[in-house]
Amino acid sequence: MSEQTLFLIEKSIIVLAVFGGVMLVVALTTLVERRVAGFIQDRYGPNRVGPFGILQPAADGLKNFLKEETMPAAAAQPYFWLGPVISLAPALVTFAVVPFAAPLPIGGRVVEMIVADVPIGILYILALSSLGVYGVVMGGWASNNKYSFLGGLRASAQMVSYEVALGLAIVVVLLMAGNVTLTEMVWQQQQLNFWFAFPISLAFILFVISAFAETNRTPFDMPEAESELVAGFHTEYSGMKYAMYPMGEYAHLVTSSALMATLFFGGWDIPFWTGDDAFRYGDMWISGFAADGTPIEASLAWWKTFLTFGAFAAKTYFFVIFYIWVRWTIPRFRYDQIMQLGWKIMLPVALAYVMVVAGTILALDQLGVGYGFTFGLVLTVVSAICTGLFLLVLDRGRNLSGAHSKAQKRFASERKALTADSGD
Amino acid sequence: MDTIFEFLFSRDFLFYVFSGVTIGSALAMVTRKNPVASLLFMVATLASLAGIYVLFEAHFLAAIQIIVYAGAIMVLFLFVIMLLNLGHDYQKDLKGGAWAIFAFVVAGAMAGVLARQYGGIEALPIYRDAHGPQVIDALLAEQGAVGVMAHPLFTDYVLAFELTGILLLVAIVGALALAKRRV
Repeated sequence: MSEQTLFLIEKSIIVLAVFGGVMLVVALTTLVERRVAGFIQDRYGPNRVGPFGILQPAADGLKNFLKEETMPAAAAQPYFWLGPVISLAPALVTFAVVPFAAPLPIGGRVVEMIVADVPIGILYILALSSLGVYGVVMGGWASNNKYSFLGGLRASAQMVSYEVALGLAIVVVLLMAGNVTLTEMVWQQQQLNFWFAFPISLAFILFVISAFAETNRTPFDMPEAESELVAGFHTEYSGMKYAMYPMGEYAHLVTSSALMATLFFGGWDIPFWTGDDAFRYGDMWISGFAADGTPIEASLAWWKTFLTFGAFAAKTYFFVIFYIWVRWTIPRFRYDQIMQLGWKIMLPVALAYVMVVAGTILALDQLGVGYGFTFGLVLTVVSAICTGLFLLVLDRGRNLSGAHSKAQKRFASERKALTADSGD
Repeated sequence: MDTIFEFLFSRDFLFYVFSGVTIGSALAMVTRKNPVASLLFMVATLASLAGIYVLFEAHFLAAIQIIVYAGAIMVLFLFVIMLLNLGHDYQKDLKGGAWAIFAFVVAGAMAGVLARQYGGIEALPIYRDAHGPQVIDALLAEQGAVGVMAHPLFTDYVLAFELTGILLLVAIVGALALAKRRV
């Protein structure tokens, strides 16, 4: 068989595995979300279909296929059909550039555990996720229903606003990694001996907040705020067309969790172990450079691929659970609060932080500090100060100090008012 | 078997696929009466154009094309069209013969530029040069997809780049001034 045929076979297998894997995780996440919601609200959640309710997603899928699909009389037909498709497709294909394990040596070949290592990496993800908004806007507009339309408008305003802060948070990651491909980002984190979440902690926080807004999850679920808009942009959808919107949302959720794990938590890197480091350097796979600059060949093994895949899956699913946890803990924002947070807090902070990190890196370069442990440590301290300031300013004694201290403050001021009264 | 794959994944075949989609959706964009349909066909045009950029190894340009045009500007266009379109649909945009003549003149000028390029009067673009692919591959390997774009932008063309930045800043300030007056 020629090299090209082998390449096609190996890529086809990876594509099928990744696509099937993501769809399976999406289906399971719908169940996990309801079970975790039940746990948080002190009730059971769905536990009747199969052991632990594990077949519930299948039952839901069957129900959605068999349901009658209604078509609103005044809907703009082709766009009404196109909306859910455009919403689901970008969320599924963005996973293509995420490396999910160390390279696998098999039969004298080394197979990279990624669908396509395109040279633009993270920009590809930004490009496709910015197309996802068309699905929501079109669905809302084509339904010809004022609540749907308002939901669509809110979605576009919100996604455009938070894309700016998301992009700036990614700029900071690019400053650290020096390249845009995700394989290189994993490699740089292995070389730095620091996961990027520490040297650029504020970028991580900004990224998480923006990612919540981009996926339309609570507390940013304005496009489908049921207390104001019935069900928002998908009010008029039913059956499988409706189901494609939540599927797109969960696929987006899984992809952005994988991104958080890759950009800020080392991707498939196993912590405190350098035996898994591997990167394509010219024609060879290297695990690092010796002191005189000669590359050291990496030792690849199939069990390392499996272990690193386990690390990647664990990190990704941690963030999925984190998303669910936040959704069932924090109430929805008001619309004007979301816009204020996006434009008046996130954007200026992100801009200032890009300048701070760029300045620190420039200063370290001028002082001759190489890319390594000291480099990471200095940036960690600088970022910790920035993060502390950001949280204190953003919070102003509301969340970090908790409801208890807020109540205490109120009691204190009331008591003061009372004693002032009785003093007369 | 191999030859079929080679054909299906060859640059020429993909180039004609993307070109066909680009031309088809560009035509649909100007002939559709519904403004939302026009806009979506324009997004399709931009997206398939980005595909052609990728075939020419201009990955960064392709990504920016989608992020800036399809992802941001077109969403705002859609926003405006959907809000303004309520009530009075399908008015003619080109009013009077003068605009039609103007449009033809502009299109003719573009065709002239392309004809000069491909007629061999101007220097060939780098991707049609015999050594072009090797030069581009070497540059990409050395500097990465972003570096190839960034180095000339911040060295040779830094003045034009900064001036464009100032122009955009002026536009932002102008938009703010206009919006403030209405409130």
